Amino acid sequence: MPERRTAVPVTFDGEDFEAYDDESVLQAARRNGIAIPALCYLEGLSVWGGCRVCVVEVAEDHRLRPACATPVKADMEIKVHTPRLDSYRKSILELLFAEGNHVCAVCVSNGRCELQDTAVEVGMDHVRYDQQAPARKVDASHAKYVFDHNRCILCTRCVRVCDEIEGAHVWDIAERGAGSEIIAEMDVPWGDAKSCTWCGKCVAACPTGSLFYHGKAVGEMEHSADIIRVLASARGKGEWLSPEVSL
Amino acid sequence: MHDLTVIDPVTRIEGHAKITIAMDDAGQVAETRFHVTEFRGFEEFCKGRPVWEMPSLTARTCGICPVSHLLASAKAGDAVMGVNIPPTAVKLRRVANLGQIIQSHALSFFHLSAPDLLLGMDADPRIRNVFGLMAQDPDLARKGIRLRSFGQSVIEAIAGRKVHAPGIVPGGIAQPMTAETRDDIRERLDEAHGTATEALGLFKKLLDEFDREVNAFGYFPSLHMGLANPQGTWEHYDGTLTLVDHDGSTVVRGVEPADYRTILGEAGRWDSYLKSPYFKPRVEEDGKPEDGLYRVGPLARLNVCDTMGVPLADAELAEYRERAGGVANSSFYYHYARLIEIIAATERMAMHLDDADILDEKVRSQGGNNFKHAVGCSEAPRGTLFHEYTVDDHGILEDVNMIIATGQNNLAMNATVHQIATEWIDGPDIPEGVLNRLEAGIRAFDPCLSCSTHAIGQMPLVVDLVGPDGETIARRKRD
Repeated sequence: MPERRTAVPVTFDGEDFEAYDDESVLQAARRNGIAIPALCYLEGLSVWGGCRVCVVEVAEDHRLRPACATPVKADMEIKVHTPRLDSYRKSILELLFAEGNHVCAVCVSNGRCELQDTAVEVGMDHVRYDQQAPARKVDASHAKYVFDHNRCILCTRCVRVCDEIEGAHVWDIAERGAGSEIIAEMDVPWGDAKSCTWCGKCVAACPTGSLFYHGKAVGEMEHSADIIRVLASARGKGEWLSPEVSL
Repeated sequence: MHDLTVIDPVTRIEGHAKITIAMDDAGQVAETRFHVTEFRGFEEFCKGRPVWEMPSLTARTCGICPVSHLLASAKAGDAVMGVNIPPTAVKLRRVANLGQIIQSHALSFFHLSAPDLLLGMDADPRIRNVFGLMAQDPDLARKGIRLRSFGQSVIEAIAGRKVHAPGIVPGGIAQPMTAETRDDIRERLDEAHGTATEALGLFKKLLDEFDREVNAFGYFPSLHMGLANPQGTWEHYDGTLTLVDHDGSTVVRGVEPADYRTILGEAGRWDSYLKSPYFKPRVEEDGKPEDGLYRVGPLARLNVCDTMGVPLADAELAEYRERAGGVANSSFYYHYARLIEIIAATERMAMHLDDADILDEKVRSQGGNNFKHAVGCSEAPRGTLFHEYTVDDHGILEDVNMIIATGQNNLAMNATVHQIATEWIDGPDIPEGVLNRLEAGIRAFDPCLSCSTHAIGQMPLVVDLVGPDGETIARRKRD
């Protein structure tokens, strides 16, 4: 079936680009090679819009909008980098680091972490807020995987991938606000969650060192969110089983 | 008591400490104390973390000897898994530890202690430092710096980084060694060996000038503890706990490190964050920990072994024992022992690198969480190091106990400070050179205080209410 998409003109930071009217601002930007940092967004999963790292400004009202959840409109004038946006992104990263217990030096994902990479990308070189140092648990009850809640940023990629791609819906969010946490089933140890299929998609999708394989030492955990992207969207793009697509 | 002299901070050591000297009314030394004034707390905040993370986490204890913590922790991890690690991994861990011994001993001798030894204990403090050494003998200073750099490079080559390396893991080593790396280390070994030999020759020439220091820097009878293998050869990685007395008689031999609690107890002091381990069989119930004083580190390792197991270091060991009159009981000999250990380390490293299987790619064993309790032990540059872990069914730490080499020398360092103070201090006027000797007495042990203070909520406190006639009227105790 021929593609029925309408191309519309937009600008990113004053430069002209072509976007499709069924795209989000984030999708259009990335397709055009414009980097907008994002943490909770993962291509192929539903849009959550929770991390707010991908905030952009749109000229019509200068409101801050999450690029992942903002549909493209014709003649949109989108600002990706302004002093205000760069400052807010940095603040969001600082808040994420202050809210959990992130110690990169001794993390399984050190050097291979989206949170760490994003912090570098936005220029976060220190945290101005008081560290909350919450008392959180490490759930190592699963025979294959570990969930370290200290490193969780509540991006919900694990929740969405388990529900939308694997269809198991092991994960959910319990509590509210600063007390929010990811739980397995009705808040049971992961190892007791009968609905878990051991597929590992949640581990692959995790952007931090929160989900990892048992036995991984510091810096040894490599997540592979690209697998999720391919699983979720390659068929629709005609990439399925194409030799050019490597996992 | 009417006068109190405080040296704060003690300089050219790793960590923060102070010394207090209390004088009596006659102006003589009444009491001395060595206080460690910093607190780290690893035993507490490591609880709740996965055992797999512990090597890298506890390596942060120290920037000087992270390899020691990596090894003790990884060995505890091996024991939690219940695996034997591949023979090549054992050799690579040994080479990394030898690299660590070289770099740490080079730091202690050239950077921290050589200014006292080569420029003089009474030299102007403004030049009595590594920069003064560079000005007086730039060639020696340069060689010392290069020797330390060599040791650091060995660690980097095996474990991935010079400091806090990620490559020593439960089950073995993360990456096998490449031929290029092996050849690079091998090429630089001769220079390292040459520098150590030159420094040792220099030290032996100087030794006679420090006769008074030899006899007053912690020169007292004590036990000495270290690892030794069944053949009685110098050990730094495996082996069993061995204790000899000041006269060379064997007190303990063949105790597995996992059973260390059968012979070692731990006491706390109200005036220091550093705990004081002691040899339990010599301390009666409610007795003083000082009765079980023992020393660890290079001095003790050379006292507990029969041979170094390598020819050049063995020749030096023979001369060392001749000079010391058998067992070395002066802490001033720590410097001497350190230099012999550098020579032994270079010889041993050459042996390992020449092994045919050193490049074998099988360097890691896999396993689950099979045991709930484990002890890892290695010889750190400063002495025997224990990591004891209790984990739950899933490998999460429930309890951590770390016995650090420096802590085991705490009682001996206190005794050394007292001995130096009583030897040199006579009246209220204390010359700067005497204060420096007090610090140098501590420096001889090469203490790493930032490694050593981890227990929280375990500081026992005893308050005695003493009446005017000196009798104890009441005692309040917190365990």
